[in-house]
Amino acid sequence: MTKPHLFSTDAHKYRSFLAKGLHSPSFVIGGAITLFFVVLALVSFVWTPHDALSVNIAERLKPISTTYWLGTDHYGHDLFSMIMLGARNSIAVALVAVGIGACLGVPLGCWAAAKGGWLDEAIMRTGDFIFAFPAIISAIMITALAGPGAINAIVAIGIFNIPVFARLARGAALSLWTREFILAARLSGKGSVRITIEHILPNIANLLIVQGTIQFSLGILAEAGLSYVGLGTQPPMPSWGQMLSEAQTWLMMAPQLAIIPGMAIILTVLGLNLLGDGLRDMLDPKIRSSLDIGGSKAS
Amino acid sequence: MIIYSLRRLASLCVTLVAASLFIFAVMEILPGDPAQLILGINAQEDTLAALREQLGLNLPLASRYWLWISGMLQGDFGISYTYSVPVTELISERLTISLPLALMALALSTLIALPLGILAASNHGRWPDVSLIGATQIGIAIPNFWFAMLLVLVFAVTLHWLPSGGFPGWEAGLWPAIKALLLPAIALALPQASILVRIMRSSMLEVLHEDYMRTARAKGLNLRQTLARHGLRNALIPVITIMGLQFSFLLAGTVIIENVFSLPGLGRLVFQAINQRDLITVKAVIMLLVATVILVNFLVDITYGLIDPRLHRRQGSQ
Repeated sequence: MTKPHLFSTDAHKYRSFLAKGLHSPSFVIGGAITLFFVVLALVSFVWTPHDALSVNIAERLKPISTTYWLGTDHYGHDLFSMIMLGARNSIAVALVAVGIGACLGVPLGCWAAAKGGWLDEAIMRTGDFIFAFPAIISAIMITALAGPGAINAIVAIGIFNIPVFARLARGAALSLWTREFILAARLSGKGSVRITIEHILPNIANLLIVQGTIQFSLGILAEAGLSYVGLGTQPPMPSWGQMLSEAQTWLMMAPQLAIIPGMAIILTVLGLNLLGDGLRDMLDPKIRSSLDIGGSKAS
Repeated sequence: MIIYSLRRLASLCVTLVAASLFIFAVMEILPGDPAQLILGINAQEDTLAALREQLGLNLPLASRYWLWISGMLQGDFGISYTYSVPVTELISERLTISLPLALMALALSTLIALPLGILAASNHGRWPDVSLIGATQIGIAIPNFWFAMLLVLVFAVTLHWLPSGGFPGWEAGLWPAIKALLLPAIALALPQASILVRIMRSSMLEVLHEDYMRTARAKGLNLRQTLARHGLRNALIPVITIMGLQFSFLLAGTVIIENVFSLPGLGRLVFQAINQRDLITVKAVIMLLVATVILVNFLVDITYGLIDPRLHRRQGSQ
């Protein structure tokens, strides 16, 4: 019996999956936007057009030019360089938060599905309980105790992501546990951990990847919100939310200081959402229906 | 319905107790010595001892938790360390801004989303549907605080129609107060409405293909009558679920938006309290916000039962 998972090791299936993707406008546009910002963030480690952290009052509030591609802010910082550094911080926080959610949530969800009974009930009710603590509330609690910082944002968004992934993994895994190929694996003497690793996880991987892109985009929004109110990334390291917070004072004189980081956030989130939509369209319709349409916001 | 409601009520109580225990543990046990955290590392030992006495930190943990929880149930959240006034007073003062703001945003998003969702579904695949889907995709991606800044730029700074921030107080009259809350409410409502339009649309599309809808049409009802009598009620179930889930985000959004508009609501209070290390106020506001989220989810569950009687019959028989 062939295992019915979509990411088969067969190279042909990979190619046909990608070919299908290239015909999906959502996948192509979303992928291109996401790739652009990821490249921007990665390049910022080795190169930025100007030193984003040095103050240069003589060059403050310069308009867009060939020297300053997006102009400068009230301290004379080059906005394009700030956007590059901001991309690095926003993407890093959101990515690690998704990682925390997936690394803890998926095993918990799979465990709940495999064992059932009181363990399933306990894991799911704990998940419901965590939902009562949106990222901003967790961040407020952490900041009150340990002071503000990017780690707060990562932990707060990450904690909220755990039940999102746990719930999704449990739901998808539960429907697989009744399938014939799992029954065959059980009859061949495999334990629940081995079945989960060898059969359940490969079959729910696509679903998790799509939810990952949704949570990633929501993580970018949540990080921006937390940095905006001073609970996330701290100066001098720029983040998009923090740039917006500083721009508010200059809204009348230099609205571009608010518009540019805002557009960066919108484009990144839009890109990730389109990528998620594209991936979802390429999935099996039965799996598609189990995905959350609106996503699960963290902030 | 009664058994269903009682079961949900029991679950509500357990979750509330668990939440209070968790908040108590994080805010009172994790820091080690809350008095030290409030006063800082340079505090004198006698000042620390006096604060420990004042906060009741010398009592056993169980007694401290009991005092906190029983006080809260009687509306006593303790005395704010910074303001030296009862926290209940501070909270009730700030709630007169945060609560109307959240409710206005909820009402606005519902008023925008439901008709647009129905419009998109009844024009499935045609230009109103396609353009609405595109618009909601962008609406979901816009951070509400950024949208708030744009609204200020257009409606306050450029057009001078509405105030850019601050709150005149309800005593200044209903209209000035509502005017001050209008831009924040619109900023909060946009992303919520974008999500709700999509949910309403997909839910309505599903309902439109149900057999009972076809039967209603076959009996001679036109599309509008069929939607009003049979479609809307069924399509609303997933919408209410998402509205319940979104409420916590609305509350979180309120905390952030209050900072954009310098509104002296709960959000501003909690940030001031953090800066002044007023743990008592922080703890009380967090408990209130979390309890509100839990309570709203409970109300959503009860509303399900009212809208869809099959649900509580099914749960009751289990």
